[in-house]
Amino acid sequence: MEKLLTLEIDKRQVRVREGMTVLEAAREADIEIPTLCYHEKLKPYGVCRICSVEVEKEGHVRIVASCGYPVGEGLIIRTHSPRIDRIRKGIIELMAPAVMIDGDVAGEIKKLAEEYGADVHRFESRYRVTPSRCILCGICVRYCDEVAGAHAIGFVGRGIDRRVVFFPEEARACITCGACAELCPVSKIAAETDFVVFDGFTVDDWLTRKS
Amino acid sequence: MSNNRLASPGELEKLRAAILSRRNPNRRVVTVCSGTGCQSYGAKVVFQKFAAKVRSQGLEGKVEVKATGCHGFCEKGVVVIILPEEICYLSVKPDDVSEIVSRTLGKKEIIERLLYTDPNTGKKKAKESDIPFYNNQNRIIFGNNKYIDPKNIEDYISLGGYGALSRALSEMTPEQVLEEVKRANLRGRGGGGFPTGMKWEETRNAPGEPKYVIVNCDEGDPGAYMDRSLMEGNPHSVIEGLVTGAYAIGSHDGFIYVRQEYPLACENVEIALKQAEEYGLMGGNILGLGFNFKVKVHRGAGAFVSGESSALMSAIEGKVGEPGLKYIHTAIQGVKDKPTCLCNVETWANIPFIINRGADWFNSIGTEGNKGTKIFSLVGKVNNTGLVEVPMGMTLKQIIYDIGGGIRDGKKFKGVQTGGPSGGIIPEKYLDTPVDFDQLTKLGSMMGSGGMVVMDEDTCMVDMARYFIEFCCGESCGKCIPCREGLRMLREILTDICQGRGQEGDIEEIEDIAEVMKEASLCALGQTAANPVLTTLKYFREEYEAHINEKRCPAKVCKDLINFYIDPEKCQACIICLKNCPVEAINGGKDLVHWIDQEKCTRCGTCFEVCPPRFSAVIRSSGEPVPPPPPEGTRVVRKKGG
Repeated sequence: MEKLLTLEIDKRQVRVREGMTVLEAAREADIEIPTLCYHEKLKPYGVCRICSVEVEKEGHVRIVASCGYPVGEGLIIRTHSPRIDRIRKGIIELMAPAVMIDGDVAGEIKKLAEEYGADVHRFESRYRVTPSRCILCGICVRYCDEVAGAHAIGFVGRGIDRRVVFFPEEARACITCGACAELCPVSKIAAETDFVVFDGFTVDDWLTRKS
Repeated sequence: MSNNRLASPGELEKLRAAILSRRNPNRRVVTVCSGTGCQSYGAKVVFQKFAAKVRSQGLEGKVEVKATGCHGFCEKGVVVIILPEEICYLSVKPDDVSEIVSRTLGKKEIIERLLYTDPNTGKKKAKESDIPFYNNQNRIIFGNNKYIDPKNIEDYISLGGYGALSRALSEMTPEQVLEEVKRANLRGRGGGGFPTGMKWEETRNAPGEPKYVIVNCDEGDPGAYMDRSLMEGNPHSVIEGLVTGAYAIGSHDGFIYVRQEYPLACENVEIALKQAEEYGLMGGNILGLGFNFKVKVHRGAGAFVSGESSALMSAIEGKVGEPGLKYIHTAIQGVKDKPTCLCNVETWANIPFIINRGADWFNSIGTEGNKGTKIFSLVGKVNNTGLVEVPMGMTLKQIIYDIGGGIRDGKKFKGVQTGGPSGGIIPEKYLDTPVDFDQLTKLGSMMGSGGMVVMDEDTCMVDMARYFIEFCCGESCGKCIPCREGLRMLREILTDICQGRGQEGDIEEIEDIAEVMKEASLCALGQTAANPVLTTLKYFREEYEAHINEKRCPAKVCKDLINFYIDPEKCQACIICLKNCPVEAINGGKDLVHWIDQEKCTRCGTCFEVCPPRFSAVIRSSGEPVPPPPPEGTRVVRKKGG
């Protein structure tokens, strides 16, 4: 028998199974929390921080990533508050320059920017590298790793130089399933399965270079 | 099985007695500090010369020469101490060795030249314990370094080493060991300051086997090397603490994570583990008491962020050392999702002392809530740089002035950076603050793992904040958006300010970004990365304003905001600056007043440095117009006697 826990999300009492995350619990109760790096088939990664919520436990409030925070008896969750909205606005503004195309952002990020009143141009003039068009959510990398089992792509570099590439030794392991392209929230990866590109290289490039 | 193997606590005591009785009580010991600092001053050669001289003079029976770990007074390396008199020779060069052997060892004379000179009284101090750098400290954890050859386990055993482990295993239950550590109120020395006993208990009580224990020696704060020196100089104290802790926790597997950039620490800990195993103090059936424990050394590939506990554990698993979500404590789900207790080098090294001397003794040192001593790496613009161990609660002023001997070259103190890139810069008005986990946090900085960088009046605080942000830009893992993009933007804004492109509103922009980073970053590195900026904004805001509003760098550091020019009244046309200028920006000639072509000048400061102090003709200015050059052919006004 699974243990059920009671917690409060946005002033609503919800009963959920132990072992769920706050994000899953909220979604089950039809409470929307925005996410950019979450995918139901993948382990929580917690890097976009857009899903940050306030958790109150024994009177102590902290900000957590709801995608990874486990539910607990008596927790009080606030998915919206001035503090949370300010954080989400800030995160969108900080990530926007990297995904700017023709002077605007697109897709989910545009939607979020409008919802939180984020000025996507706020840091544009100070963003002095070529926009990578990638928010490093890692969905492609993790899907290739955890679901496709190909381990063909990964992160390289550290800090502000982090990026996604084909692993030179593993590129030929790409099964051209196209999932990475399909799941990419900013459509950096072109949708055609035979045109998967990371860091300027396609699988074909690697194969030609190697032969 | 090796015949050195100790099969019982009694055999350990017997060995201890045997080691001591083998030693000639009249024998003298020359200990040559061979920590990394002294090695860079040539400690190896000094040691070899001593050994050769003692041999050639037939003194082997009477004199033992020993290469030990770091003594702490790194400013004055190579440090040589002659026991039992404790004569302390500083800045010893290979060429001094013959004289020390013939005069001090041969005729019991003291060589004045190599002694410490009190800068205030000019008096010489012969003994280590007379030197203010040492006698204001309380060297408990670090103090044995000078007696121990870290490559020889018998040195450690002779000082009572492994006695705590022996006692814990034979006379105490794991619960009693845990209780003693809890009662001691020891807090984690890695920076977090979490109560060690509670951490142990959490892992002990967590379901799941095996349980792991880890030594974190991934020290990476700029200028900090406490853990390194402890690992290099007294690895057995760390190992003894670890095994004792493992017993209390119920762990039989451990890891020692040492960064690869610490080759001597890697080497010494490997040797120490091998010897401990040979002596039956590690491995199966330790001291014949039925406790098994094995440990692996994991060499870290050198990322600052790997010091974060979840990142370190990820690295141990063979993955990239990046922090992960930690909503379930690593104490409960750590390495391979098993309960894992990770503590810092210094934390583990405290354990044998607590077991030997008891929690009450430990509680007698330090302040309320902050017990015991802490080792600090005192560096920067202070006279006596080195490693210092003081009781918690000593004030910043005592550490910097009484031990550190104040600021170099008679300059003025400006700030002290504590806690590394997660800490902050504390200004002069808070110098009387007692140093402990809680007090420094109240000031917006932190004690951290013990880094202490002293800055003088020639330090630009905006530039310094920019330096720490730059450091984190390269050392963050780059995983989460607030930290990665926040750092990128902070770096751009601070660079703009330092290069004269600061605008009104920049300070507010910085504060906004810092808030998002603090609230939303994945790990503590990101949450605290803005601290150096926030503290400098808090305590040195006027410097930011001068850069932004007046395009002036008050400390005259930021290259784009400073100018060099030559005062025609003072210039003696000595041609030194003219010759040394790397870009030929200086005009003039013999008997002709020199002047700097501002178009060509790259503001490298060479002219400023080479201009003889008796002339001091090169002026460094910021925020004021440069006077026009003198009319062509202006001749020098000779100073009297010049």
